[in-house]
Amino acid sequence: MAPSTDDNVLVRVENLVKYFPVKAGGFVRHTVGNVHAVDDVSLVIERGKTLGLVGETGSGKSTLARCVAGLIPVTSGKVIFDGRDITKLSRGAMRPLRREVQMIFQDPYSSLNPRRRVGSIIGEPFAIHKTATGAERKRQVQELMERVGLNPEHYNRFPAEFSGGQRQRIGVARALALRPKLIICDEPVSALDVSIQAQVLNLLADLQQEYGLSYLFIAHDLEVVRHVSDKVAVMYLGRVGEAAPKEDLYTHPRHPYTVALLSAAPAADPDTAAARQRVILTGDVPSPITPPAGCRFHPRCPRAQEICGIQEPRLVPYKDTGGEAEPAGVAAAPWSAGADAHLAACHFPVADGESLAAAGTRELA
Amino acid sequence: MTLLEVKDLHVSFPTTDGVVRAVRGVSFGVEAGRTLGIVGESGSGKTVLTQTLLGLTPGAEVSGSAVFEGTDLLSLREDQMRRIRGARISVIFQDPLTSLHPLYRVGWQISEMIRAHDKSVSKKQARERSVDLLRRVGIPKPETRVDDYPHQFSGGMRQRAMIAMALSLEPKLIIADEPTTALDATVQAQILDLLLRLQQDSGTALIMITHDLGVVADIADDVMVMYAGRAAEKAPKRDVFYSPHHPYTKGLLESIPSSAASGTRLKPIAGSPPSLINLPSGCKFHPRCGYVIDRCLREEPVLHPVTESGEHVSACWLPAEAAGLSEQAEELREEVVREQRGEEAAEVAAAAGAELGTLAGDEGSAA
Repeated sequence: MAPSTDDNVLVRVENLVKYFPVKAGGFVRHTVGNVHAVDDVSLVIERGKTLGLVGETGSGKSTLARCVAGLIPVTSGKVIFDGRDITKLSRGAMRPLRREVQMIFQDPYSSLNPRRRVGSIIGEPFAIHKTATGAERKRQVQELMERVGLNPEHYNRFPAEFSGGQRQRIGVARALALRPKLIICDEPVSALDVSIQAQVLNLLADLQQEYGLSYLFIAHDLEVVRHVSDKVAVMYLGRVGEAAPKEDLYTHPRHPYTVALLSAAPAADPDTAAARQRVILTGDVPSPITPPAGCRFHPRCPRAQEICGIQEPRLVPYKDTGGEAEPAGVAAAPWSAGADAHLAACHFPVADGESLAAAGTRELA
Repeated sequence: MTLLEVKDLHVSFPTTDGVVRAVRGVSFGVEAGRTLGIVGESGSGKTVLTQTLLGLTPGAEVSGSAVFEGTDLLSLREDQMRRIRGARISVIFQDPLTSLHPLYRVGWQISEMIRAHDKSVSKKQARERSVDLLRRVGIPKPETRVDDYPHQFSGGMRQRAMIAMALSLEPKLIIADEPTTALDATVQAQILDLLLRLQQDSGTALIMITHDLGVVADIADDVMVMYAGRAAEKAPKRDVFYSPHHPYTKGLLESIPSSAASGTRLKPIAGSPPSLINLPSGCKFHPRCGYVIDRCLREEPVLHPVTESGEHVSACWLPAEAAGLSEQAEELREEVVREQRGEEAAEVAAAAGAELGTLAGDEGSAA
């Protein structure tokens, strides 16, 4: 595996931290703690590729996405987009960069202004960035509508006249308007029915090919993520527990949390469902205000030992030889290990074919 | 013996825009100790169907029968229904946050349920039973948690509390309406595991309503696939997944991303579900169906058996042998379509194909 040269890298996230302060007190508000939403995350998004991001509610996926998009200020760390660190830019300096990063949101009902016509919703980016006006704007909007599978004659309709799947296409057209380099898809198909979900996923795949787009794709459905991604990162309580090329991650998961997550995903196949050894995790995700010491997963981990509660494991690359999980040497920083590296942060990584199910019924103390 | 037998149930809602025909002639039975999975997309009528059984659809025009333990649920007065609802048949709803009252303690809400149906239980006894129930559904430290408010519970714990409440009077039938949709995958696994275990212990019958075929594959014994207010296909679980007959079932299975098809294009179903006010003629699925023939435009198919045992039924004009995902079955389907597709149906297919065409056409330009 060749270490990726920076030419292939569109976004490099280095040690990104985002805390949200927790305020208390009535008259004199003061900070009593921090929600550790994203805590020391490093990732790479390659040009023309899709990075999938999975994790449970509250794992920090959406916060990370918003930091990458430059929508919220970061607490510390860097987001290097196309060679420039965007975390230090002023609003004015940020504006031309905004057209390079666009977002598609989860809920096609609340992410479109119900009182504006579709043409004006999709044309808004042109107006903001003053790239096209009048008849030219209309022509470009109709081209976009056709491109995403909407009837261009519906230019003057309101969002309420469209179904959920069509609305999501409007969202896609709007994101596409300024020919961005990166589209952040935050659960773009979770609100859609399965038959419609497949239509939108196919559309996203086509657009990626055609325009060489990069995607940061967030979803809780592991099969959807497996379908669209080149690389997948698993988040837990603000940290990346494991990151690897898609097939490595799904066939040779190293982190016990990844194993549990994969075993919990429902498979639409009765035989697979019956044969699977499910790792039932006890309890819930702990509070991100006071995350557990050591490995953040240790209170729920069926493999946890004393050291897990004391020392936090580092994200290190693994060889994907099959069989034993063997560290391939320690990299200086996660992003220098190469784009194809299989990274995991665990003191007791899982070997191939090893079962966690037997140990999985541990009672929560 | 069949615990619940629903026959030819129709439910419609008169509205200012026209009559919404939510359920149009559905029949099914549920036996003790078994799980029926009802699958369908938004607007297929799966929720209205089960809520009607419990008298929770005021203003609806209902016909048909639903015989539960010898009584027809649809003919009951409200006060009679109240004795059955919660006690003999209980419901678990999708959103555990809105189904619990935020201002009352969790334990109080479970106790209320018990005491509402049995006045002879003292407050103290009811509380003890609540603690027991919370323990059974896996809430840690139930003795103290019983005095918590719903906001002090996580999403998974709230759903456990709802299940505890549903179990409190040892019902014969539990209707679970998308009970895990709002939950994370790991918590969903916990809840499904819990439901299965409780069912095995108590022999309760379960109706599981979901849009997620993965949940059905996991938990159901029999599956009913609904489309536009009717059963499109009904069969034991394995038949539905491995030899689907109805093109809609087949389309649903094929549109799910799976590890086998990883990296390839998905096969979506064209178009979107119909309006329940203006239903298409004939088979309601025909505008989206790849195998549409002339007959589909005029006559609505009824459920007919596609296997010898008669357990697997499907409402489609394709011959019974044309079931399954094999190439052989596909050839048979295509043969039927070639023979029986006239001009009218060809137009419909072209219209559905055109919708796909804008997408499929992209493939050419992308390559």
